[in-house]
Amino acid sequence: MTRIIVVTSGKGGVGKTTTSAAIAMGFAKKGHKTAVIDFDVGLRNLDLIMGCERRVVYDIVNVIYGEATLNQALIKDKHCENLYILPASQTRDKDALSQEGVGQILEELAAKDFKYIVCDSPAGIEKGAHLAMYFADDAFVVTNPEVASVRDSDRMLGILASKSRRAEQNLEPIKEYLLLTRYSAERVKIGEMLSVADVQDILSLHLLGVIPESKSVLTASNSGIPVILDEKSDAGQAYADIVARYLGEDKPHRFIEEKKGIFGKFFGSK
Amino acid sequence: MPTNSPTLEFKSGSFSVPILILFSDDLKAIGQQLQEKVDLAPEFFKNSPLIFDVQELNKLSRAIDIPALVDIIRQSGLLPTGIRGGTTQQNKEALALLIPVYSAHSSTLTSADTQAQKQKIIEPEPSVNASATIITRPVRSGQRLYASGDLIVLAQVSAGAEIMAEGNIHVYNTLRGRALAGVQGNVDARIFCSDLQAELISIAGNYKISEDMDMSDVVSKKSVQIYLQGHTLIIKDII
Repeated sequence: MTRIIVVTSGKGGVGKTTTSAAIAMGFAKKGHKTAVIDFDVGLRNLDLIMGCERRVVYDIVNVIYGEATLNQALIKDKHCENLYILPASQTRDKDALSQEGVGQILEELAAKDFKYIVCDSPAGIEKGAHLAMYFADDAFVVTNPEVASVRDSDRMLGILASKSRRAEQNLEPIKEYLLLTRYSAERVKIGEMLSVADVQDILSLHLLGVIPESKSVLTASNSGIPVILDEKSDAGQAYADIVARYLGEDKPHRFIEEKKGIFGKFFGSK
Repeated sequence: MPTNSPTLEFKSGSFSVPILILFSDDLKAIGQQLQEKVDLAPEFFKNSPLIFDVQELNKLSRAIDIPALVDIIRQSGLLPTGIRGGTTQQNKEALALLIPVYSAHSSTLTSADTQAQKQKIIEPEPSVNASATIITRPVRSGQRLYASGDLIVLAQVSAGAEIMAEGNIHVYNTLRGRALAGVQGNVDARIFCSDLQAELISIAGNYKISEDMDMSDVVSKKSVQIYLQGHTLIIKDII
């Protein structure tokens, strides 16, 4: 069975695309055939983060309008043969997407035996974000530990619960998971950031993992390699944990407490 | 040993008694229609006291024959216990039949009545609350809920969410959004929640925003109720 996962947040700049790239790579590396779709038509970024921007010929809008087949538009990842990227168009806007078209693409991917389809949602709650989440089975809600991001995530959760296909057809609701990104235990301690407990209190959501604030994320983005491939980095390990937890492994949560002692200095992320 | 306890005592009491208002002096028609009514609820009307009102008839100068009317009423199983709005002649006739005379503007019985227990009219309460709406999933920011009866939420209500009910609102979790009870003007509606952090609370249009909420009496994370006293919202612990 194909599982469609939407990576969403409401607010922009919280790490949706970084997360989409990392978890898609994580699933693929575990041997699952995975596709990752960029829904941010007009502001496409996923191809950059995945390091395939120079191989984009056709995009999702071309496929919807029948100007290219899905096979022509899917880009095979350089690092992992199980991973395919469907890029967004940079020259069109979100109105170029249609619910039917997106539904057809997802069906076709399922028919091609893709195990996981990761939908990278654009920010906001308008058409692009709506279509990214509409067909989802699971939702990874990416949130930063600050009030605006938490509230936007809450809004997004409301939309997931009321406007998705599963909600409209009265099926089992979308499974929602919380991913807390750009987390800094030090800043939580001095009261500059909300703690994991604060965020969970507001969102009351199952915590899939905490990704610490890390310069390895920026380095990875700039070099077009998903951060999960940087196995030495804390963020890379955090994403690997998240993938493992989602797949059912029992991994204790890390990166919530402040690092202490000499190891903290070695692995510090400042 | 002589006893000081009184043998009797006069007390004033008020009872509800059905009043039969007559618009026609056609005794046959009255008898028929009365019987039809009685047949609808025989147990309710059986031996029930009844005051008959002839004011409307007298306005039309159609004086009805009182002894005949009393006869018809008794035949249908009712006990006539008063006349209202009668002429002097009619009142005299009624008194001759031991039926008390009431003034046209009062329906209060002042004399003791052996049938007191039967005198209460039980009118069905107008059904305001059809049924309660129960919500088990969190109410998220941006969501709005409306219940025509009571609204019961078992999960949290997030900031930016709005829940409204024509009846009471119960939130068995944290209430951070807006809660409006009695939105159709029911001033007796209340809001109950187990942790009050609401942005706004309102009962029958009387509202308070979080900045104005007097939380000095209320410990956070404790169950509270909110009700209306005059036009003031009162927030109180539920002990």
